[in-house]
Amino acid sequence: MKDLIEIRWHGRGGQGAKTAALLLADVAFGTGMYVQGFPEYGPERMGAPITAYNRLSANPIRVHSNIYEPDYVVVVDETLLDSVGVTDGLKEDGAIVINTAKPKEEIIPKLKGYQGRVYTIDARKISIEALGKYFPNSPMLAAIVKVTGVMDEEKFLESMRKSYNHKFASRPEVIEGNMKALFLALEEVH
Amino acid sequence: MAIKERLSGNEAVANAMRQINPDVMPAYPITPSTEIPQYFTTFVSNGQVDTVFVPVESEHSAMSACIGSEAAGARTITATSSAGLALMWEVLNVAASDRLPICLALVNRALSGPININCDHSDAMGARNTGWIQLFAENNQEAYDNMVQAYRIAEHPDVMLPIIVCQDGFITSHAVENITLLEDQVVKDFVGEYEPEHYLLKDGESIAYGPYAVTNYVMEARRAQMQGLRNAKQVCIDIGKEFGQISGREYGLFEEYRMEDAEYAMVIMGSAAGTAKDAVDALRDKGVKAGILKIRLFRPFPAEEIAEALKDVKYLAIMDRTEDFETNCGPLGSEIKSALFNKNLRPLTLNYCYGLGGRDVTVESLTSVFEDLFEVEKTGDLGEVYRYLSVRE
Repeated sequence: MKDLIEIRWHGRGGQGAKTAALLLADVAFGTGMYVQGFPEYGPERMGAPITAYNRLSANPIRVHSNIYEPDYVVVVDETLLDSVGVTDGLKEDGAIVINTAKPKEEIIPKLKGYQGRVYTIDARKISIEALGKYFPNSPMLAAIVKVTGVMDEEKFLESMRKSYNHKFASRPEVIEGNMKALFLALEEVH
Repeated sequence: MAIKERLSGNEAVANAMRQINPDVMPAYPITPSTEIPQYFTTFVSNGQVDTVFVPVESEHSAMSACIGSEAAGARTITATSSAGLALMWEVLNVAASDRLPICLALVNRALSGPININCDHSDAMGARNTGWIQLFAENNQEAYDNMVQAYRIAEHPDVMLPIIVCQDGFITSHAVENITLLEDQVVKDFVGEYEPEHYLLKDGESIAYGPYAVTNYVMEARRAQMQGLRNAKQVCIDIGKEFGQISGREYGLFEEYRMEDAEYAMVIMGSAAGTAKDAVDALRDKGVKAGILKIRLFRPFPAEEIAEALKDVKYLAIMDRTEDFETNCGPLGSEIKSALFNKNLRPLTLNYCYGLGGRDVTVESLTSVFEDLFEVEKTGDLGEVYRYLSVRE
């Protein structure tokens, strides 16, 4: 694994891309890594494009800038492909993970000639099946963990269960659904 | 045992406040500092602190309540950002001249306008001459560590002045990073109880705070206040050393990074200093003798010590994260040049305005500042001495 992994998240306000970036920082911290998870704030409103970032490393991280040449990009909302330069600066030896029900052949032409690896996952289907509602961030989190190989899947699941137990202490009924969303996403991202 | 954690800067500072358990917190929310009183009120509700939280209707009222509370003898804390600090301005001066060691967590954000929620240092710089001590932090760890040390500096009998503990809005306040926390009891033992010599509610003593002073006394009061602020420098060094003994992280007035033989130096404050260190490492790998001087204590300004640290530097860049409309320099530029002038030092110096309203500061943009210094060296010509970094003209 590279010393430093940089990830950029694209989503829309309200979809939880920021939360997903913070959760990824959380679980990576749980495996002993140095982490950063931070959002880029513009005018806050539901539905507006938002960006969030992760740096994950075996060594302390000092840089405090946004990420312009990410190793990985996660697109939480496929409608952004038409309006945001999601592949800008994305390294060719990296990968992009897109939340879509469409086959890859329909998505690739929208990626401005990006030559790296392209992964898709239908986070809506997974979320509805596991949770009965559309919360794409858990499936997208599992997808990026799988694609980056940044941590062992068992360790990831164990760490996420702890996180959910804490986060949903007052709503334990949603914990199993979120765990199921992670299981399904690890299987279905390709 | 130190506690390994991952927290945002706001969570880190709120947790330091929980460990300190101050007597009173009056606060009014404003982005990006809102989370600090938000987390803290949860600690109040859960009984993790016995602080009295005072919700107020404005920042002017928040600082006024701080003054009343601190004068009564209660250890008092608040948090704000940007326009919130600006609205406090009148009473910031009162807090300092009344010698009240209030602590304020400032999450740096641009002053209007145009209205903007992101980081620059214009709020802190607007209050730099109100008589408050000011500490700056590079990351969440330093914001936490500075908060733990704040009352020890402010309440020191040689000082007795209020203190602002700064961190960069969003860049550190909303970023989750690794951090090492001290155990609650270690912090409590380090900070200690607040036992002021004089206060309003002290039995058998009558005292007035903030009375009118006739012409015959104002200069003496100011002179004594200035001496307290001056004394804060040595106290900051002493407390920074003592903090090193409990944490393994010793602090001084500023940090010198790869300055030992530096010919090219950058003076910078806040989160961009970490980014600057990565830029310097890359330059050092190419054999360039570059270094960083990162200011921690901005008020009182450690002029003599900084001049001494820069005495062998040939080419200097001073980074101001504010536009102060002095038109020929920024506040840090002005301070540093004055400090060098007093020691007859004349490195070729450029002063930059950078990072306003959250304009991103990158390894590349800070490297370009060093490249500007190389150009000065090559041509012997400073050109524009006050420049803007990463601006569209």
